Amino acid sequence: MAHTPASTTIYEGGFVDPVGASQTGFRALMDAMARPGSIHVLPDVTAPPAPLTASAAALIATLADADTPVWLDPALTKTVAVRDWIVFHTGAPITAHQSEAAFAVVAAPEKLSALNGFALGTQEFPDRSTSVILQVATLTEGVALMLEGPGINGRASLAPDPLPQHFAAQWMANRQAFPRGIDLILAAPGAVAALPRSTRLTRSEA
Amino acid sequence: MTAQATDAPQQALASYNFAYLDEQTKRMIRRAILKGIAIPGYQVPFASREMPMPYGWGTGGVQVTAAIIGPDDVLKVIDQGADDTTNAVSIRAFFAKTAGVATTTATPDATIIQTRHRIPETPLKAGQVLVYQVPIPEPLRFLEPRETETRKMHALEEYGLMHVKLYEDIARNGRIATTYAYPVKVEGRYVMDPSPTPKFDNPKMHQSEALQLFGAGREKRIYAIPPHTDVVSLDFEDHPFEIQHFEEPCALCGAEQVYLDEVVLDDKGGRMFVCSDTHHCESRRAEGHRGALLGDEPVFGTTPVGDKEPAI
Ligand SMILES: [Zn+2]
Repeated sequence: MAHTPASTTIYEGGFVDPVGASQTGFRALMDAMARPGSIHVLPDVTAPPAPLTASAAALIATLADADTPVWLDPALTKTVAVRDWIVFHTGAPITAHQSEAAFAVVAAPEKLSALNGFALGTQEFPDRSTSVILQVATLTEGVALMLEGPGINGRASLAPDPLPQHFAAQWMANRQAFPRGIDLILAAPGAVAALPRSTRLTRSEA
Repeated sequence: MTAQATDAPQQALASYNFAYLDEQTKRMIRRAILKGIAIPGYQVPFASREMPMPYGWGTGGVQVTAAIIGPDDVLKVIDQGADDTTNAVSIRAFFAKTAGVATTTATPDATIIQTRHRIPETPLKAGQVLVYQVPIPEPLRFLEPRETETRKMHALEEYGLMHVKLYEDIARNGRIATTYAYPVKVEGRYVMDPSPTPKFDNPKMHQSEALQLFGAGREKRIYAIPPHTDVVSLDFEDHPFEIQHFEEPCALCGAEQVYLDEVVLDDKGGRMFVCSDTHHCESRRAEGHRGALLGDEPVFGTTPVGDKEPAI
């Protein structure tokens, strides 16, 4: 797929210190995944083209490479710049098929209608699933989700916004597919939280 | 950040990446760790790399530690509970050199603890990561050698064979004779091998404050137990799981309810039982606790406890 980048800006805005930045970013994400509901600082170390945010860009640059197809939501494919930035800085192939994606980046979570179009893995290889990075504006100002499950001492809460439509019902269906299912990574300005597939939603105030 | 070994005669040969592994390998291991955390107790396949140490020296644990460690971490490495064995000392030196991290023997001071065959006696706390070196990750391997079959059994939650094996133990010995690598069920779903830790340590895995990561290098598997996760040792109603009990306290520090190693004292059959966790034993002696063998004279009590070793 020959393609000329629209501008030279895609070459800019990557990690200045790739080794250190990806270690820091990964550790924040690992702690977030290990303790669902907890919020971890994600330093602003990238300057990607809009609407890709610095947080989502740092996470995808930490995690993706030639072995991991990346799916982008329509908001991110409006311009080629985002796709080119990801390809240039990670080497990851961009896929048009949700079910083939190792990672998905979603700039407009409220427009994401279904979570079950992504790869859920198989019963024998549940790890062959999509990790979905949602760009959210906040982790504390949205409608509170009450969380239970591994990594949580009793109960935790998280209030991300925006979220996909009918999120509570969709997440319940995802949880019921366990051990299959997607894991959600919530990329907020300067911070990250996560909802692994093992997390149960006990009550949402929605 | 690239670490350079300035004391090596050949600069070109002594250049390596931070924490030794290349970034692509780290990314692949990091992705496997995240899946492992999301699916507690499930063995995630990963493409294990050759490490500059033989299998059996904890190459799986070393790769997991290398993928997570950062310059601000403080690393502790234990082998059978001891910080001073050849294996533990070389792994500590490896990360001090390749990652420039501080190392420690004090459990409370460590952010990452890599272990072979023990869980420290000092309760772990939030923010700590325990990395296990695992030789054989598949708890069903001795019952079913075929990987395709064990994978199916995990997929279908068919763990009957495991119960049969434990029950045969009872039929033969009157009790479950398995004393280490005693199988557990994680969060009510996956049966998991806790690595060859004594079953004494199994209860410490349950609802731990720390994140537990398991790396099997030769078998190319990574698995995980997040904090606050149910870890239940398999048993039967009429034969409930029990940990080992020791008749006497540690001969050096007098500790009870800890795991003890038998040490042969002479060729006339003299022996004593001492803490397997050397840091725990030294801390207690530093606090003035004395076991039967020490009386009032501190024999080994002068070892400083918790001193950070300088990065090499
Ligand atoms: Zn002792």
